[in-house]
Amino acid sequence: MLLELRGITKRFGPLVANDHIDLVIEPGQIHALLGENGAGKSTLMNVLFGLYEPDEGEIAVDGSVVGFRGPSDALAAGIGMVHQHFMLVPVFTVAESVMLGHELTKGSFLDLDSARAQVRTLSERFGFDVDPDARIEDLPVGVQQRVEIIKAMARDARVLILDEPTAVLTPQETDELIEIMRQLAAAGTSIVFITHKLREVRAVADVITVIRRGRVVGSAAPTAPETELAAMMVGRAVMLELDKAPAEPGAVALSVRDLLVLDGAGTRVVDGVSFDLARGEILAIAGVQGNGQSELAEAIVGLSTPLRGSILLEGTELVGLSVRDVLDHGVGFVPEDRSHDGLVGDFSVAENLVLDLIFDPRFRSPLGVDLAAVQANATQRIEEYDIRTQGPGQPAGRLSGGNQQKVVVARELSRPLRLFIASQPTRGVDVGSIEFLHRRIVSERDTGTPVIIVSTELDEVSALADRIAVMYRGKIIGVVPGDTPRDVLGLMMAGVPLDDARRQAAENPTTETKLEEGDL
Amino acid sequence: MTDELVPDQADAPPAAPPPKDPTEDAAASWLRRVSSSGSTVTVLAFVLALVIGGILIAVVNPAVTAAAHYFFAAPLDTFEAAWTAVSEAYSALFRGAVFDYQADTFAKAIRPLTETMTVATPLIIAALGVAVAFRAGLFNIGGQGQVIMGASLSAYIGFTWHLPAGIACVVALLGGLFAGAVWGGIAGVLKARTGAHEVIVTIMLNYVAISFLAYFLTTEAFRVPGSAEPKSRTVRPEAQLPLLFGSQYRVTWGFVIAILAAVFVWWLMSRSRIGFQYRAVGFNPNASRTAGFSVQRITVYVMLTSGALAGLAGAVQLLGTSKYLTDGIAGTIGFDAITVALLGRSKPLGIFFAGILYGGLSAGGRFMEAVTGTPISIVLVLQALVVLFIAAPSLVRTIFRLPAPDAELKGATA
Repeated sequence: MLLELRGITKRFGPLVANDHIDLVIEPGQIHALLGENGAGKSTLMNVLFGLYEPDEGEIAVDGSVVGFRGPSDALAAGIGMVHQHFMLVPVFTVAESVMLGHELTKGSFLDLDSARAQVRTLSERFGFDVDPDARIEDLPVGVQQRVEIIKAMARDARVLILDEPTAVLTPQETDELIEIMRQLAAAGTSIVFITHKLREVRAVADVITVIRRGRVVGSAAPTAPETELAAMMVGRAVMLELDKAPAEPGAVALSVRDLLVLDGAGTRVVDGVSFDLARGEILAIAGVQGNGQSELAEAIVGLSTPLRGSILLEGTELVGLSVRDVLDHGVGFVPEDRSHDGLVGDFSVAENLVLDLIFDPRFRSPLGVDLAAVQANATQRIEEYDIRTQGPGQPAGRLSGGNQQKVVVARELSRPLRLFIASQPTRGVDVGSIEFLHRRIVSERDTGTPVIIVSTELDEVSALADRIAVMYRGKIIGVVPGDTPRDVLGLMMAGVPLDDARRQAAENPTTETKLEEGDL
Repeated sequence: MTDELVPDQADAPPAAPPPKDPTEDAAASWLRRVSSSGSTVTVLAFVLALVIGGILIAVVNPAVTAAAHYFFAAPLDTFEAAWTAVSEAYSALFRGAVFDYQADTFAKAIRPLTETMTVATPLIIAALGVAVAFRAGLFNIGGQGQVIMGASLSAYIGFTWHLPAGIACVVALLGGLFAGAVWGGIAGVLKARTGAHEVIVTIMLNYVAISFLAYFLTTEAFRVPGSAEPKSRTVRPEAQLPLLFGSQYRVTWGFVIAILAAVFVWWLMSRSRIGFQYRAVGFNPNASRTAGFSVQRITVYVMLTSGALAGLAGAVQLLGTSKYLTDGIAGTIGFDAITVALLGRSKPLGIFFAGILYGGLSAGGRFMEAVTGTPISIVLVLQALVVLFIAAPSLVRTIFRLPAPDAELKGATA
């Protein structure tokens, strides 16, 4: 199926999200759509999927113009979409999920057998290895994603849109997804692959279209160097490698001993974790999402109370202190989910910049809050962190992801710290802002602050870490130097102990390593 | 400012909204939406209510009904009769609420306005209490119970304690404040400690308060000696709120208290550190917790503040207007306060005007009924309609073809 987007324009008030975008997707092609967050990729795909009506332009399938009034029209035309956040019902089985939306019936009963058969057929054809009777909530994220793909394929999707599909995957799972994409393409399915990750694009795409600020700024061959792609994406040269001076670790500042944290259900989410962290050092806690890293960070800040163990920060026991007390002891914390835990979306940028500093004497006045000081602080931080806003009074919830994150980081770094913890500091943040935030974090380290970075992104871990602690199922399964190869880290994140991981990585290098070595 | 056409950032993928947080209270998010809709909507909602109210007035008017019998013979008669009915009713409403241009003297002409102020006083104070809770993400439906408890304690202090003039009144007011705070605080503590939903708890506490009031009125401590009437003794003159404009009008210093309360709430919610926390907790309890605020403690404080204001409203009503306790002391102040808070979009100035408007409708309604025979129920309908339209801003926008405040997605998430 030949899919063409011709001159698609979509405006939201004064903002032009898509500005006359032309795109041709050939049958069996993997077409990567590369762009920063906010470039308009998702808007374009929502237009294609029938969720938005374009203000101008048209969509043509096999040469004839079509009008989609909703996702069902798009599905009927053979366009399937796998959203970044999966649209699955946790308690359904795989077969039920695949059937959802176009239920097969036998008489007045659901025909689950046919659905099962369908899942098996598709699974075998593409080597998916998915059990039709498994419940969605029991499946790992990578498999859930395959269910989404099966869903689309079960409806004869001939164009499959994958919106940031690798954001939630481990490197190994990413490799498997890339393999699946290749097979689908070989079978004639076109794939639109939306991403901002350069490695993956180069590994899998046939054609790369780069979008910036709602326009197509060019296309590139997959052989184009990463720096060139990044420059096209951001519109200026970007330093992909963070050049940071080697750490000069001082005395041990934080020591965590035998920390045990239970979740609401009584599961050990942090299971006997111990580590030390020195002044002027960045420790990255790597791991696949949901292996206890976030809970570890929350326990240190006091958001949850450990059942056992100790967290000693420069001689002060943090276990048992309230969040307020922990923050007052000089701990800066950037939570994982900034819009959920880091910002009050309806508050202005200025208010958010003092959210946990409201008791700080700097912002006190005899009558309460010193609004002038709050305003001056906002002006200063906005300037310093290059936060793109309409002004300090703009609600923080209206900023883009990268700018929201800058607000949180700016706030947390705007007071003297004894410890800085950042969970997923650059999740959903564009390349330009990532570079900036990383520099900030490193410069905080260089002033002697011990830093903990919790990240599921290996790129980030490798860029920032002086040491890396890999967590798996609530335990630290190894602490390795910052320059440990990605393959080894990836395997450790999947639960393979360090020595085994080293051996296996040497035997089966992944695509990414191959790419780095240039033998693809 | 929030009704400007600011689209969501284009990168926020609307087809893939972040997993919705189950702890996010649906009611709270509705509240936020309603209270952030523009003042245009508020005004238009009022206009719409007047139009529908007008139709109702015409329909129930005997002259109109009579003319409608021969509608096809002389249709204009019906419309004329309707116009007369509606314009007379609304002008009577105006004369009863604001300025009686048919009165002999200026002093009499402005009496309706002072009546409006009198009725509005407790409404404004109680609505400020409701608004404090609203803005902190809590629904205080217990205004009625808090008003009753506030009125009861201030009455008791007012007629039992022998205190010098001035001090007596202040102490009685503080008593009302305290009783309301306790009554609201109960709901706050239950919410913070056990997670009991404040809506349920405050509604139930209303019934408890009503029953308490009925009980108080049977006790020796409250009742007029030798009387079987369910009515308390009258508060001593020293404890009564002094009149503001002399004996010609019923307005008391309670009106000044209402203005001071509005200023206080403005300071509290916009300038104080504690109010900053109130609002932060109301908008995003998770981020507030992460910022080191104790969400539970704030919840208790909010309900204490909210209840205290409602209690003060009860005290002002008692010490200023009714002077003694009956089982109908609170009227519908506690419930109307919710409406007034919504109408005023939870902002002190907005509430002040909304309270005046509401008071005007009540005062004017009585006059309208007396002068034109239009049933006062029309006023209730008007009040209800205003709230209905404000609660459904998108309906008003559709009727007047206003643009939506946010670029909305068709099909949402498919």
